[in-house]
Amino acid sequence: MSRFRAMMKMTAVRLSALYLVLFTICALVLVFYITSSSVRLLTTQTETAINEEIESIGQVYQRGGIVGLVRTIDRRGRQPGAYLYLVTDPAGRIVAGNVQSIEVGVLQTEGWIERPITYERYNEGSDPQVHTAIARVIVMPNGIRVMVGRDLGEPEQVRLVVRRALMAALGIMGVGAFLIWFFVGRRALQRIDEVSVASQRIMGGDLAGRLPVSGSGDEYDRLSENLNGMLARIQELNEGVRHVSDNIAHDLKTPLTRMHNRAESALSSAKTTKAYRAAMEGMISDSDQLIRTFNAILMISRLESGYSTEIMEQIALSTIAEDVFELYEPSAEEAGVKLTLGPIDETPVKANRELIGQTISNLVDNAIKYAGVSDNPVEVTLSVEKHDDKVKVTVADNGPGIPADQVARATERFVRLEESRSQPGSGLGLSLAKAVMKLHGGTLELTDNAPGLRAVLVFPVGEENV
Amino acid sequence: MKILVIEDDREAARYLEKAFTEAGHSADIAGDGETGYALAEQGTYDALVVDRMLPRRDGLSVVAALRAQGNDTPALILSALGQVDDRVTGLRAGGDDYLTKPYAFSELLARIEVLQRRSSPKEAETVYRVGDLELDRLSHTARRAGQVIILQPREFRLLEYLMRHSGQVVTRTMLLEHVWDYHFDPQTNVIDVHVSRLRGKIEKGFETPLLHTVRGAGYMLKAAAGTNA
Repeated sequence: MSRFRAMMKMTAVRLSALYLVLFTICALVLVFYITSSSVRLLTTQTETAINEEIESIGQVYQRGGIVGLVRTIDRRGRQPGAYLYLVTDPAGRIVAGNVQSIEVGVLQTEGWIERPITYERYNEGSDPQVHTAIARVIVMPNGIRVMVGRDLGEPEQVRLVVRRALMAALGIMGVGAFLIWFFVGRRALQRIDEVSVASQRIMGGDLAGRLPVSGSGDEYDRLSENLNGMLARIQELNEGVRHVSDNIAHDLKTPLTRMHNRAESALSSAKTTKAYRAAMEGMISDSDQLIRTFNAILMISRLESGYSTEIMEQIALSTIAEDVFELYEPSAEEAGVKLTLGPIDETPVKANRELIGQTISNLVDNAIKYAGVSDNPVEVTLSVEKHDDKVKVTVADNGPGIPADQVARATERFVRLEESRSQPGSGLGLSLAKAVMKLHGGTLELTDNAPGLRAVLVFPVGEENV
Repeated sequence: MKILVIEDDREAARYLEKAFTEAGHSADIAGDGETGYALAEQGTYDALVVDRMLPRRDGLSVVAALRAQGNDTPALILSALGQVDDRVTGLRAGGDDYLTKPYAFSELLARIEVLQRRSSPKEAETVYRVGDLELDRLSHTARRAGQVIILQPREFRLLEYLMRHSGQVVTRTMLLEHVWDYHFDPQTNVIDVHVSRLRGKIEKGFETPLLHTVRGAGYMLKAAAGTNA
């Protein structure tokens, strides 16, 4: 019962019920209209026929007098489907006719008898039936009354047949609608129940769960597919958050533990001011690393939540690249890395100088830091090139590079590809670059430089520069 | 140097007060924007440290109101925000410098000391002198003991900044900001390498060191005691 009530609450069922009611009303109006107009038509035809018959009987009377009239009526009255005839003399006695009895007073009126009258016919065997008919009465000059009528059975039957047909149609439709509700509704309810069960499971903590997809490609499937896409995204973000918090814990725990240990060992074993000083300085540098990590995290979340475009200006990336080159050249040299400036294109793009400067610095810094691990003489090239409607800033090195299967992971927050996390750095450089590029409507591409890594910042060129 | 700290976090304010005192300054504390504004309005402070988010009146409006009155006490704005657009709005409101929390006190101290000196007449001088080192801002030349030192344009700007703030600690971040005009945290030793190159040029062949490394903070250009600094 509750299932039926649930089904009645469904929009589809409610709509079809409404349509059924409307259709029934329309059908009833139609039945009424069709039957009444066809009955009217048949009645008019009957009246015309009665008039013609009266005319013909009048002619018979004129030709053959009362005897001819009676004879003709006797003959005509016996034919099947005949008119009703009744002839009375001036005294009201029946002279001829095929009517056994008739409503009282019918013959007293003259002309059309407006309402249907009831009568009984001769020759109906032992069981005379009451019929309805319309009739016209004329009075001859000598007082003889002649009534000619016609049975109304025909229009009545038409009315009956049409009504019966329409009622049957309505009945079939009703049953059909009910069956459709039942099966469609039940199926829909089943699908929705499946979805509810699956959602409850997901709400219950099974984040890997998905809504069922039947494969029919219908609207339920589309809905489920979209919701599944949403769930996948949520799961991805959730995993990202978990991954990040794990990494934050690791990244912050290491310097915190180190600080703790330094303080502890200074307390227990440092004898001289100098030793205390060294411990303190170590702690400050650890805390600086913590501050850096926090700042990077804050910056990424700010970037991801979006900046106003107010901070953007039209600027040639070449000037930023040259600044960074100039800034890093001495320290690269010191690290034994050959930093060179490649081709430089001066097309201006819409960018924020600070953010891009920091991003390119991070890439160059990474290239020097990671490329320095390899044995070959290291070269890092910084270039700005224009390709069609894109300006690309490339930082290419010939160091160890990133294995192809790890490229996608490299831009995730806190991912440092060497698991030991021994190299200094927050592991946030590439994800910061990715966030900055997203803000600029561009992308960060990491490709193989064979050997080495090629980090490319791809900027779209605005319309005004094309 | 008398500093007004407008900061609603009591512990942070007390820490700043103590640290400034230890660094040889005196500091007053205001716990909200209105009190801070009332104190700063008197114009008796050499520098203001203003937190951005304050009860009763926010830090930016305090600074903007002071500037509107013609009070130009140097103000450093502290903020937990500290991204590109925040810095711009902070400076637009009349702040002279902007520092993001969390920060190292040495960075704050160096910046406050530089800010206070900013209003001194050194800005207008065309020739800077530290010991026997001389820098002519008009002819773009540097000499030590009369001997010309050949500098790259960037090295010249670096030396110019260090000399303008001689006797004061300048941090790596401050150098990146004022010499390269970028406001991010120089992660590795990029600035140190530039400084040590400059040091090589101005100290090589001379007895007395001028450019000193201040551990845990930054650098200071200072003549040996006894000479004019």
